[in-house]
Amino acid sequence: MARTNYSTLKTVGRAFDLSMVIHAAVIVVGLAAVWHMEHYGHIVTGMSNKIVWGMPHVFAIFLIIAASGALNVASISSVFSKKPYKPFARLSGLLALSLLIGGLSVLVLDLGRPDRLIIAMTTYNFKSIFAWNIFLYTGFMAIVVIYLYTMMAKYKNRFTPPVGFLAFVWRLVLTAGTGSIFGFIVARSAYDSALFAPLFIASSFVYGLAFTVVILKIVQQSSQSTIVSTEMISRFRNLLMTFTASVLLITIIFHLTKLYATQYHPLEEFLLAGNNIYTLIFWAGQIFVGTITPIFLMVIWHKSININKLAWISGLLLLGGIAQIYVILIGGQAYPIELFPGMEISSSFQDGEIVSYTPSLPEILLGLSGISIAMLLSGILLRIMPFLPKSVTA
Amino acid sequence: MVNHSHDKNFIDTNRREFLKKAGIGVSTIALGSGVTLFAYPHAAARAPNEPASASVRWAMLIDVNKCTPECTACVTACSKENGWKPDGDPRTDAQWIRKLEIKQPDIGYQASFPMMCQHCESPPCVDVCPTGASFKRADGIVLVDKHSCIGCRYCMVACPYNARSFIHEPLNDQRAHAPRGKGTVESCTLCVHRVDKGVEPACVESCENDGKGALIFGDLNDENSEISIRVAKFATRQIREDLELNPGVRYQNL
Repeated sequence: MARTNYSTLKTVGRAFDLSMVIHAAVIVVGLAAVWHMEHYGHIVTGMSNKIVWGMPHVFAIFLIIAASGALNVASISSVFSKKPYKPFARLSGLLALSLLIGGLSVLVLDLGRPDRLIIAMTTYNFKSIFAWNIFLYTGFMAIVVIYLYTMMAKYKNRFTPPVGFLAFVWRLVLTAGTGSIFGFIVARSAYDSALFAPLFIASSFVYGLAFTVVILKIVQQSSQSTIVSTEMISRFRNLLMTFTASVLLITIIFHLTKLYATQYHPLEEFLLAGNNIYTLIFWAGQIFVGTITPIFLMVIWHKSININKLAWISGLLLLGGIAQIYVILIGGQAYPIELFPGMEISSSFQDGEIVSYTPSLPEILLGLSGISIAMLLSGILLRIMPFLPKSVTA
Repeated sequence: MVNHSHDKNFIDTNRREFLKKAGIGVSTIALGSGVTLFAYPHAAARAPNEPASASVRWAMLIDVNKCTPECTACVTACSKENGWKPDGDPRTDAQWIRKLEIKQPDIGYQASFPMMCQHCESPPCVDVCPTGASFKRADGIVLVDKHSCIGCRYCMVACPYNARSFIHEPLNDQRAHAPRGKGTVESCTLCVHRVDKGVEPACVESCENDGKGALIFGDLNDENSEISIRVAKFATRQIREDLELNPGVRYQNL
């Protein structure tokens, strides 16, 4: 196969520049929201003593999962030696890095005491999956930087396969670790399932590749060149089909395993058939918009798939992903902890109640700024470093 | 043949009991009508530089039969002692202790009793805390180090008892012995500042003074303590015993 030449994103339209300005503005507004939240306390958010993780965490977890999945294209290239994916390996690494930075920024800025980040970076309780994740996230960033170096530096390509293999294993552990944040919570019936690890890994493949497709579409449109061949678009489409079906399968298994136990019937009724926002977001957001519709479109557009169509499908998958994390994270907390199974419980502390949550503007802005951090960082790096393959003829 | 060893033990036990009762008598200070500060058996104050001892397991027993729905003396006392108070929003107010009402819908059984940090032997909050800010003292009291809590709230997600609160707003009027801070997590300290001085927790004291004496405090490792005797004699339960966390707070007649 011919050697791939790479270049920076040279010619961009005004739309690209405008989007960069908008992302920068969102980041500034997001930082202002952080200042507001830190100054007045989390009372200005919709979060509470029951919904302790809210909108910022939805975006943060979504971005972190997407980051590990974004590396997938590079892994297919260097671990599984699929050469057609190689031209996109650099972009894949770049997206993994920038999405992770975006997600972690949101996570850190939502802390009650973000000024104490240094404590989190220097004092560890190794029994905590959170502490492990700090290592997994920072380690992932370091490995991806080295991975990109081996891909981009002269005469270093021979190191790409072993580093790529390490990155691949690391990313699987990272996503399993992120899923285990929920999987290890024995106290809450909506969590406490080992299936969160494979569910998050499968979801990462969807989100990461969907982000990659959207970015490729934006880059193609901005540079008015053809970077992705029709064959590659078809491959991406096949992968997205497989990954989306995998997420659906694990989701079904998750609910079936819960439904098998009588004790979880009220929980499942709440999640799947309740008169609440989470049931609506699950069926309308995750299943209809984020699963059934994209699969349907990928099937009917099988022969005529192109970057525009796949970008639209990817957009739906990303919306479905946010809905999925929202239902898992917020819905799982909204359902009451069962202190006395089978009993009605009440207290001044909302025990036994299905609690409500209305995200406030500052926390939504903080969450959105995570996406903007990832996009702005990607945009800048694409402009100054050769991450993109030169035009190919379709 | 006289069993001297037995006699010696008998004398020792009696002497210990006598000293215990004398100690309670001496250290129980009448402050006025209806207000009494109770020291608990073996109420030796701990020197500031003396580490908490693993030979002690501080615990609390709550007799649900003695606890009435209308009584909130323990909650009021904790709030006053530790400086937290509801601001009218149950979603975001800190509550170190609360009254829980339970009802079995099919048979109508009802009960009301206090719920707070259960001071587990294997606390999930300590397991999940990334910085080790949530920790368990050698004597079984679970605390939050206010200097190293980063406010991630993972402990709140992990606690099976909803026992922890996040401080959502700036604070004023803090107690010197119960430091609190916006952006950090807090919960019942078992009045560690009092326990270390040999005084029982404020909730237990108020239940003695203003309630019906439903709460007792003591050392589970001391087989002669009232709490150990009652736990050995009567069926008590731990909430969510299925999780096998071995909480220090036990419930009788529940």
